[in-house]
Amino acid sequence: MSKRIGEIVLVAGLLAAGMMLASCDKGQPKDGAGKKKIVVGFSQIGAESDWRKANTESIKAEAAKRGIELKFADAQQKQENQIQALRSFIQMKVDVIAFSPVVETGWEPVLREIKKAGIPVILSDRAVDVSDDSLFKTFIGADFVEEGRRAGRWLVKKTGGKAKIAELQGTPGSAPAIDRKKGFEEILKDHPDMKIIKSQTGDFTRAKGKEVFESFLKSPEGKEINVLYAHNDDMALGAIQAIEEAGKKPGKDILIVSIDGVRGAFEAMVAGKLNCSVECNPLLGPQMFDLVEKIVAGQEIPKRVVVEEGVFDESQAKEALPTRKY
Amino acid sequence: MPEDTGLRTLPSPRRLPAWAGKLLWPVLALALLLAFNAVATPNFFNLEIRDGHLYGSLIDILNHGAKVMILALGMTLVIATGGVDLSVGAVMAIAGALAAMVIHVHAWPFAAGLALVLGVCLLAGAWNGMLVAVFRVQPIVATLILMVAGRGVAQLLTDGKIITFTDPANPALIFLGNGHLLGLPFPVAIVAVMLALTVLLTRRTALGLFIESVGDNETASHFSGVQARSVKFMVYVFSAFCAGVAGLIAASNIKAADSNNAGLYLELDAILAVVIGGTALTGGRFYLVGAVIGALLIQTLTTTIFMRDVSAHIIPLPKALVIVIVCLLQSPAFRRKIMAPFVRRAA
Repeated sequence: MSKRIGEIVLVAGLLAAGMMLASCDKGQPKDGAGKKKIVVGFSQIGAESDWRKANTESIKAEAAKRGIELKFADAQQKQENQIQALRSFIQMKVDVIAFSPVVETGWEPVLREIKKAGIPVILSDRAVDVSDDSLFKTFIGADFVEEGRRAGRWLVKKTGGKAKIAELQGTPGSAPAIDRKKGFEEILKDHPDMKIIKSQTGDFTRAKGKEVFESFLKSPEGKEINVLYAHNDDMALGAIQAIEEAGKKPGKDILIVSIDGVRGAFEAMVAGKLNCSVECNPLLGPQMFDLVEKIVAGQEIPKRVVVEEGVFDESQAKEALPTRKY
Repeated sequence: MPEDTGLRTLPSPRRLPAWAGKLLWPVLALALLLAFNAVATPNFFNLEIRDGHLYGSLIDILNHGAKVMILALGMTLVIATGGVDLSVGAVMAIAGALAAMVIHVHAWPFAAGLALVLGVCLLAGAWNGMLVAVFRVQPIVATLILMVAGRGVAQLLTDGKIITFTDPANPALIFLGNGHLLGLPFPVAIVAVMLALTVLLTRRTALGLFIESVGDNETASHFSGVQARSVKFMVYVFSAFCAGVAGLIAASNIKAADSNNAGLYLELDAILAVVIGGTALTGGRFYLVGAVIGALLIQTLTTTIFMRDVSAHIIPLPKALVIVIVCLLQSPAFRRKIMAPFVRRAA
C-alpha cells in the first residue's frame, strides 16, 4: 500500500515539474505603440564558464537598455539545439539573428534557410567555416592571435627579451588554444633568447593547470623556468598554487602572464602573484547592438569587427578590480 | 591442508588463488611502467623533504590518484552487482560546490558542513539506488540522469561561477586536499582508511559474498535469502559517498569549487580502474585492491606523460595503448590464443 502511495507521489511530482518547465518561456511582449520594436534572436552556446555568463549578461542587459526585444536561446553546448533555435527564429520572423556557434562546421544548410528568409546574421565571438561568405553579414569577436601577440609583447618588454618559458596550453584543437599559441610564438621568433622549454595542455582548468605545473617544476628543466605563459587565467591560478607549494614565489621567482582578464586574475595581480592578464572581453553587447541597429537602418558594416580589449598588469590591477564584471 | 580429503575441490598447489592471478597483470604493468621511468625519465624518482613532508613525482601520483582510487572503491562494488554508476563525476561537482557554499561562503562550522555535504551525497546515491533497485531502471540509464542533471545542480549552487577559497574562514577545508600526515599528502591517508574499511566490511562479513552473489545471479541469490534489492540499493549509496569524499578532495586541492570541470569524465577513469583491477563488467567477483592499483596505473601514466613532454595532441594515444595491453592480458581468452603455440595440450 505504502509503495503504491510512494509511486503516486513520485509521478505527481514529475508531472508538476514538467508543467513548471513548460509554463516558463511564455508571454510575448507586445510592440510599444508607434515606433516598431527591433526583434533579435540570439542563440548562445551555453553557460560553460564565468566568461560565457558575463557574455550572456552583457547581451541581455544591452538589449534591455536599448528597448530591443531579445529572443534568447541557450544551446547547452549542442549544435542540434542551436540549429533548432535558428529555425524557430526564422518562423518568428525576427529582424536580425545573432549566434555564437558551438562548433565551426555544419552551418551551411541552416544559414541558407536564413538567407532565403532574408534575415541578416551576426556571428558573435566564434566564427563558422562556410564556403559562401555572404551567408553572414559580419563576425564580431576577439582576435585570439592578437591576444597571444599581446602577451608576447608584454613579456619582451618586461624581461628584455630573455626568458625560459613554460607554457600551459588550452584544450588541444580548440581555436583559442591554437591561435594564442600562434600569436605568442610569432613574437618569440624575433627574440632568440626567449625560449619555450616546457609546453603541455592544462585543458583550460585550474585542476589540470596545477597538476601539469607540478610536474614541470619536478622535471630536470624545472629549476630554469622563470616565466609561465598560460592560455587562460584559470590554469595560471592553478599553477600559482603549485609554485607556492614548491616553495617558490609566483610573480617574483616565476613571472606569470595569462589571458582572459577574469576577476580571479585581477585579485591575484593585486596580491602580487600574477604579473599580467591580457583581456579577452566578453562584454560585446554594446558593440553587437550597434551593428544590429546599423543593419536594420540599412547602413554598411564591416565584415569583421574586433572587440575592444586591453592588457592589464599589476600596476593597473588594483584600480581596475572594482569595475570587473566577470 | 596437507591431508587428502578425497575431494578434488581444492586448487592444485602450484596455482595461485584467484585474487593473486587477477592482481598479477595490473601490478606487473605498474612495475614495468615505473621501471621504464626509472631508466628513461630523469628526476622521476627524485624524492626530497620540503617543509617537513615528502616532495616528488611519486608523491604527486599518490596525491592526484587519490580521487580515482576512492571513486574506484565505490565503483567496484556497483560493478560487482552487475551495474555501473555514471553519476560519480557529477556528484563530485555537487560535493565541491556545496562545501564551498556552506563552509566558505556561509561560514558554517566545518563538521556541520561536512555532514551536510556527505548527507546530500548519500541522498544522491539513494536516488540512483531507488531507480535501479526499486524501479528496475537499467543502471546505465538510471545513473545517466544524475550525471547530466547533477552538474546542473552544482552550477545552480554556485550560480555558474567558480567559488575560490584561497584564504577560507575554515582551514580544515584546505587541509583536506593540501594537508599532510606522516609526511604524505592527507588524501593518501583518506584512501588508506577507506580501502581498509571497505575491504574489512566486504571480506570480514558476508556482505562481499552477498554482493558477488547478486552480481552473479540475482534471482538465485534472492531465492537463497539474499536481499538483492537492499544490496543493490546500498552499493549505489556507497558509491555516491565515495564520490562525495573525492569531490571534497578535488575542490580542496585547487582551493576552489569549479562546478563545470570538477570530476569531469572521472567516472570513465573509475570504471577503467575497476576493469584493469580484474573485476568484470558483467558483475560477480570483485577486487578492491586491484581497482586501487588500476587507478594508480592510470595516474602514473598521466604523470609520466607530463614529465616526458609528450605533445599535447597525442596524449590519449600512449594512454590507450598501455590500457589496451593490460586489458588484453586480463582476458584469459586472449592469453590462451597468444600462448597456444607454446603450450602442449595436456593429454
